[in-house]
Amino acid sequence: MAEFPDNLHYLDSHEWARVEDDGTVTVGISDHAQESLGDVVFVEMPELNSEVSAKNEAGVVESVKAASDIYAPVSGTVSAVNEQLEEAPEIVNDSPYDDGWFFNITPSNLDEISSLLTASEYQKVCEEEDH
Amino acid sequence: MGHRTPLYALHQDAGAKLVDFAGWDMPLNYGSQIEEHHAVRRNAGVFDVSHMTIIEISGRESQAFLDKVLANDISRLKESGKALYSAMLDSQGHVMDDLIVYLVPTGYLMVVNCATREKDLNWLQQHSEGMDCVLVERDDLAILAIQGPDAIDRVTEVVEADCQLVIGSLKVFQGAWCEDWFIARTGYTGEEGLEIMLPGDAAKELWQRLLSVDVKPVGLGARDTLRLEAGMNLYGNDMDETVSPYESNMATTVVVEGRDFIGLEALRETKGNRKLVGLVMNEKGVLRAHYPVFCDDREVGEITSGAHSPTLGRSIALARVDTVCGNFGVEIRGKRFPVELVRPPFVRNGKQVYRAWKKNKQE
Repeated sequence: MAEFPDNLHYLDSHEWARVEDDGTVTVGISDHAQESLGDVVFVEMPELNSEVSAKNEAGVVESVKAASDIYAPVSGTVSAVNEQLEEAPEIVNDSPYDDGWFFNITPSNLDEISSLLTASEYQKVCEEEDH
Repeated sequence: MGHRTPLYALHQDAGAKLVDFAGWDMPLNYGSQIEEHHAVRRNAGVFDVSHMTIIEISGRESQAFLDKVLANDISRLKESGKALYSAMLDSQGHVMDDLIVYLVPTGYLMVVNCATREKDLNWLQQHSEGMDCVLVERDDLAILAIQGPDAIDRVTEVVEADCQLVIGSLKVFQGAWCEDWFIARTGYTGEEGLEIMLPGDAAKELWQRLLSVDVKPVGLGARDTLRLEAGMNLYGNDMDETVSPYESNMATTVVVEGRDFIGLEALRETKGNRKLVGLVMNEKGVLRAHYPVFCDDREVGEITSGAHSPTLGRSIALARVDTVCGNFGVEIRGKRFPVELVRPPFVRNGKQVYRAWKKNKQE
């Protein structure tokens, strides 16, 4: 069974967002997403210091099955990307919520986070998709 | 609910992700598709391919019948058990299916694709009418493919002594009966291995015995990347009823001299203008089916199958193009990436084997 940690915020397009102590937002894809994509083979990251806007494409994750867009959960500036994924994209499958994070955003308006789904709301989205 | 092979419950036990494949509930993977792929390249894996269609052909005119419906020359089969890979063409010379046919004591044993089953059976039935030739579908048999450098040893370890002798006697691309099992040294991975057609209950037992000697279950996902690395076509992706075998890298399987098979007349008029080529991308990214292919700045065709190659660590593809040139590129999400133009196969027996594309005499 896929995990849906309570401390994260989610998009129905299967990204998660975590507000860090310094006010930045870390982004990745959910356990459910990595399970349905299968082995991840390549992640196309947004450029460092580029602007991303909420619910717009910020990158692409390529798995053995398909290429999928990654949407930014909030607007802001990309302040870090997970360079480990370049050599070892399989980390996304092994650790979707920790070592498999994609990028980090310095948000321009952190209030946007309140429009995201809670863990239980997102879990419902996944269950509906599976049926 | 789709059709289920006799191994359905065993797939569930092994943690399979089951998906619909042409009306069958088949295992896509048992966890990691890439690990399954490596298991076949490095050790041994077992695939349930019982969804494929087996047809037994017997009767005095069986050879004449196959001479008529196959683009390859059935008279090439001289030694008992030997296998032939062939296209079956329609009257326009386009590919209706690709198949394998074995010479057996009672006639021939043919294996065709699952998605084309009905079309093939109707076509074969229609063209055997009036001939002394009987077609019987063997849907009572399951098929296990055991592939990889250790595959033959692992199978030999777990089968009865009489079948061990049969396996030991097989040459590459040859099969033989061992009681009610047909064991063939063939496959769809570019590795050594066996394909075994056998009754469902026996298949279940063999599956369990193979898993107990560390043969890994492998799903259709890895089957696709293995066959692509091996440069083997997938019907429906790399060829179909809109292309000729010459446009599908199958020229060596078309024998024209002294023949009169369905589709030959059309092929004599035109072989078609396109080619199925191999592509290798050295930059990061994944080539996928239907991405457009460019030669300099002109669009010359599209990818028919593409994937990340676990063995090579980069992306490979088959593409159908109308021109070849030194400056090939593929467009991925609006951006052009350079690719190498190569002649498949990409990988054989665990090793990189592809060469730069050069024109072949038959093309």
